[in-house]
Parts: sequence; structure tokens; C-alpha cells
Amino acid sequence: MQQLVNTALGGLTLGAVYAAFALALVLIFRSTRIVNFAQAPMAMVTTFIALTLIDAGYSYWVGFAAALLAGLVLGAVVERVFIRHVEGKPEINAVILTLGLFITLHALAAVIFGNRFRSFPAPFGLRGLEVGGTTIRLTTSGIFTIVAVATVMVLLMLLFRFTDVGLRMRASAYNPEVARLLGVRVGRMLTLGWALAAVVGSLSGLLIASGGLVHPGYMDSVVVYGFVAAVLGGLESPVGAVVGGLTLGLSLSFVSGYLGSELVALAALLILMLVLTLKPGGLFAVASARRV
Amino acid sequence: MNRLLDVWRHSVLGRHLLLAVIGLAVVVVVLEVVGDFRALQLAAMAYLGIAAGGLTVLTGINGQISLGHGALMAFGAYTTALLLDDPTGSMPISLVVLASTLVALAVGTAVGVAAARLHGPYLAGATLALAVAVPGIALYFGEFLGGEQGLRVSLPDVPTWALDLEYLLTGTEMSRSQYVAYLGWITLIVTFVLLANLARGRVGRRWRAVRDDEVSAELAGIRLGRARISAFMVSAAAAGAAGSVLAITARLAAPSGFTLVLSLTLLTAVVLGGLGYLSGALIGAGLLTFLPPFVTRIGGDAGLSDIRAAELAPLVYGLVMVLVILLAPAGLVGTTRMAMAERRARRQMAAAGKTDSPGTTHPQHDSNDENDPGTPQASGSTTSKGSTR
Repeated sequence: MQQLVNTALGGLTLGAVYAAFALALVLIFRSTRIVNFAQAPMAMVTTFIALTLIDAGYSYWVGFAAALLAGLVLGAVVERVFIRHVEGKPEINAVILTLGLFITLHALAAVIFGNRFRSFPAPFGLRGLEVGGTTIRLTTSGIFTIVAVATVMVLLMLLFRFTDVGLRMRASAYNPEVARLLGVRVGRMLTLGWALAAVVGSLSGLLIASGGLVHPGYMDSVVVYGFVAAVLGGLESPVGAVVGGLTLGLSLSFVSGYLGSELVALAALLILMLVLTLKPGGLFAVASARRV
Repeated sequence: MNRLLDVWRHSVLGRHLLLAVIGLAVVVVVLEVVGDFRALQLAAMAYLGIAAGGLTVLTGINGQISLGHGALMAFGAYTTALLLDDPTGSMPISLVVLASTLVALAVGTAVGVAAARLHGPYLAGATLALAVAVPGIALYFGEFLGGEQGLRVSLPDVPTWALDLEYLLTGTEMSRSQYVAYLGWITLIVTFVLLANLARGRVGRRWRAVRDDEVSAELAGIRLGRARISAFMVSAAAAGAAGSVLAITARLAAPSGFTLVLSLTLLTAVVLGGLGYLSGALIGAGLLTFLPPFVTRIGGDAGLSDIRAAELAPLVYGLVMVLVILLAPAGLVGTTRMAMAERRARRQMAAAGKTDSPGTTHPQHDSNDENDPGTPQASGSTTSKGSTR
């Protein structure tokens, strides 16, 4: 029973991080029809920036804020400098481009920050909380993770629902041509969308890193889990991404706890294949016609 | 000589076989000249080339992307390691390579059936998951597959006929490394002849048709699923053969050898050389083999530590990949061919005077239809076999 609860709690924390990463993928896919595989190394680079600041003696929160800010800038730069040129081109070009950025950022980080494991501090305690005499696997840092992801989601929802900029962003994603005719600067909205997505991605990178080890490749598997989570939710709906992330986190936590951690990636692959064959539009999809 | 020219012009198979013979002659000459170290490097180039050739067929000709070819190579490599582990060592090495190819083919068929329903980013993500997941299998069945350490590959002795042949030709002993390199390059030549013939024939035309326009292809009677799955199978088989050569070259099949990095490296080779050209795959493989030591040395001279300097090579690939896709999406071979075709067309136009004959193709005119999202973006020339969908 205790193991069950602990596995579930661990899965929930992990799921929150996957949800954040999936959300970053979904934000970009919705507006540009591109799955940003470079999201993982982008988040890794910003986490390294935070780590460098923290190692230089600044507080955790300075590093945290700097990483999110760096994510904002990096996302905007990547969209404006690289992605803009493949928008509207065949899908495969964008895929290859993001993979090229993946390799580049990866190698760049290894050259600048070194290709070794470094420990990343946690904002809060890493000891399990005590509930009624037994220690459960929910740590203060874990709670922070869940709260941070939930906060970001609420903020994004508020942005899209209740602000002018959010409306413009939705309009440019929904129908760029009409939006442009109505005076929306679609290009700027796309850049802003990438920037925001990169912030969310950076957040997930920071949360995964906290209390663990970072390394230029530490986000590589997260991009897979984030993608699976996003596909679970349909790759288009932010709510779907969150539900998908939590579902995936829980499932993978159970696989890891009861079957063996080597099989986690395989389980993710299996879930992905099942979703794509049975419900390609995600768990909440309604049947829709595809124009050919 | 005239007979040969005739064959070159009129028979596709003849042309490919001629190229194969020339290639073999070049391989023999090169391998007899270079030392053991270079021979092993060339063997590495051979397995990268075989896998990149397979990926070229899939991504360049059929338009499906795969980030999981490293994983398919792992299946080939582990099969080779297990078969060569047999203490009696009775199995000839060619059969071992063939068996590895078949195992990867079987796995590739399963993956291909699933992949045929996906497109673009979905396919990329699914195969990415494959690349990340497969090393876990080797870890899970640790006692059988060697876990993290992997399996050591015991290379059988060089067969006597090969030793005799070598002695007859050059009067020297054949070293192990030379033998491995020969094995790799002969596998490469066989694979490339098969791939080139498939690509030029009916099967290849179907693959291209599916890549360029699904609806038209289906209207023309092509079964989309079948074409996609067959392309994936052929490509996976090539990856299996490549994995087998890799295991023999590295004398090791370990999970650390088949990471995401390998799959991405293969994609780099394919994009660099030019999507859809087998020669491009070979050039890409060559660059990937010989560029890293060079770049690493430059990095070392510039004062970087060894570990950091070793990361300069992937940095260069990544940048080149980004630049190629932004500036010359048809890759090295594609761009050269396009420039040549354009020059030829211009010369023909000049020769025809000012009469603008409709027969001469002008690169700007065709396939600029904006309703067609699959237009090869490489300046829209007819010679472009650039990526679509």
C-alpha cells in the first residue's frame, strides 16, 4: 500500500514536469504546426545558465529567474532566426531543422559548460514529508514542482482567455491570413508564442534538474516523454497536454516501480504506438475530417 | 569499350554493376595502400554509409523520416554478436551479416506497419521514442545481452581463401583490420547496388509518387500503406547490415553505441549529402568519419580540453545541418546536380537562339503551384529530389 502511494506521488510530480514540457510542445505546434524537438536542449542550456549563476554565488531564485528570461530570449531568437524560414515548407524540413538545432545546442553546451555531470541544487528540502508517522515520497520540492506547473498553466490560461495579446495569438494560430487582414502582426505573435513556450520548457528543465544531476544530455529522454504526453492529449490542446503529462507520469512511475526502470522508455513507446493507432487524435479527440 | 559505353547508356542494372566493379577496384587499391588505423576508419565509414544509404531510400525517396535507425542497427549488431559467440564458429561471416539483416528486416516490418499511418512530426516522434527505448531492452535482459557492458564480438579468423587471394595479389599478409574493412565495403557495394536498382525501378517510382503526392499516387493505383511499409523494410534491412558491420568493426555491441546520437548522426549524413541520393549518403558518411578527428585537432590546438574539443565535431554537424536545410535543402549532391542542370538548360536556350521552345524546362516555371504543399522547395526545379512531407 505504501509503495503504491509513493509510486503514485512520484508519478504525479514527474507527470507535472512532463505536462509542462508537453505544454511547451503544444503551444508551438498549435501556432506553427512544428514539433520543436530542440525544446529539450533549449531547456538544458537555460538550466546550465541558472547553474552557472548559482555556482557563482547568486541565490537559487536569481538563477531560476535568469533561466526563464534566457528561455524567453532563446525561444524568440530561434523562431525569428531559424524557424521563420521553414514555416509553410514541407513538414520534414522543419523536423530536420529542429533536430539540427538539437545537435547544435547539445554540442555547444558540452563545449561551453563541459560534458560532465554536475549537481543542481533544489529550492526546498528533498526529504519526504511525514504524514501520520510514515514518510511519504512527496518532498517539499515536489510540491513546489506541482505548484509551479499549476501556476504557469493558470497564467497561460489567463493570458489566452482574458488579454488582448492572448486573443491575437489565438487568432494568428487559428487563421493567420484572416488575422493578418484584421491587423494582427502574425509574425510577432509567432515569435511571442515560441518565446512563451521556451519559458515553459525552461521551467520543466529547471524542475527536473532540481536536486539531481545535469549534463548536456539530461533532457534527451524528456523530449520523448513530453512528446508522448502531448500526443496523448492530442498535440493541440493545452489541457490535453496537462492531462497527458500527468497520465504518462503516473503510468511510467508504475512501470519503473514494479517492472524495472530500464523499461520506462519502452513503455512510453508502447503507449505512444497504442494512442497513435487507436486514437491518433489523442484521448479527447472527436472524429474530424482531414482535407487532402 | 564501346560495348561498355552502350551498357552504361541503356541498361540501369548494367550501369550499377559497372559502378560496383569500379567501386570495388577503388576499394581494393585504397585498402592495400592504407594502414590498419585508416582501414578501421574506412570500415566505420562503410557502416555509416550502409545505414545512411538505407535512410536515404526512406527519407529522401519515400519521404518518411526515421530517427530510429540507430535502434535498428542495434538489432543487427546484437544478432551478429550472438551468432559469432558460437564457440564452434561454423557460421560463415556472410551468413552472419545476412541473418542480422533479416532480423532488422523483421523488426523494421513491425515498425514500418505502425509508421505507415504516421506522417511528419508524428513519425519523427515515434521513431525518436524507438531510438530512446531500444537500448533499455539490452539493459533489461542483462544476463543474456550483456547489460551496460554489452557483448564482445569474437571475430572469426580470416578465411584461408581470402589470405591466399591477398597473397596472390599483393604478396602481403591480410591483417584483421583490412579484412574487416573489406567486409564492410563489400557489404556496402552489394547493398548500394540493390538499393540503387530498387530506387530506379518500379518500386522506387512508387515510393517517389507516394512522397510527392499521396492523393495522385493513390488515384494511380498505388497502395500507400504497402509502398510505405516496403520502403521501411528495405531501409531497416540496410540498417541491420550496417549494424552487423559496426559490431564486427567495433568488436562490441553495447547500448552506449546505439544512442539517439547515432540515429541523429545518420540523419545528418543523409541531409548533408543530399536527400534522395545514394552518392550523397556515401559523401555524408565520409564527412562524418573523417571530419571529427580533424575538427577535434583544431579544437585541441585552440586550447580546448580533449573532452570539449571532441564536442566540436557534433557542433559542426549540427550547424551544417541547419545551414543545409535553410540554404540548400537538396544537399551537396542535389545542389550540384541542380546547378549543372540549370547550366545545361541555359546553354540549350542560348543554342536555340531567342526562340523560347516549350520543351526546355526552366527551373522557375514548374511546380510553383501554391496549392501543393509538397512542392520541393529547392527552387522548384524538376531535377530536385528534395524532401517533401
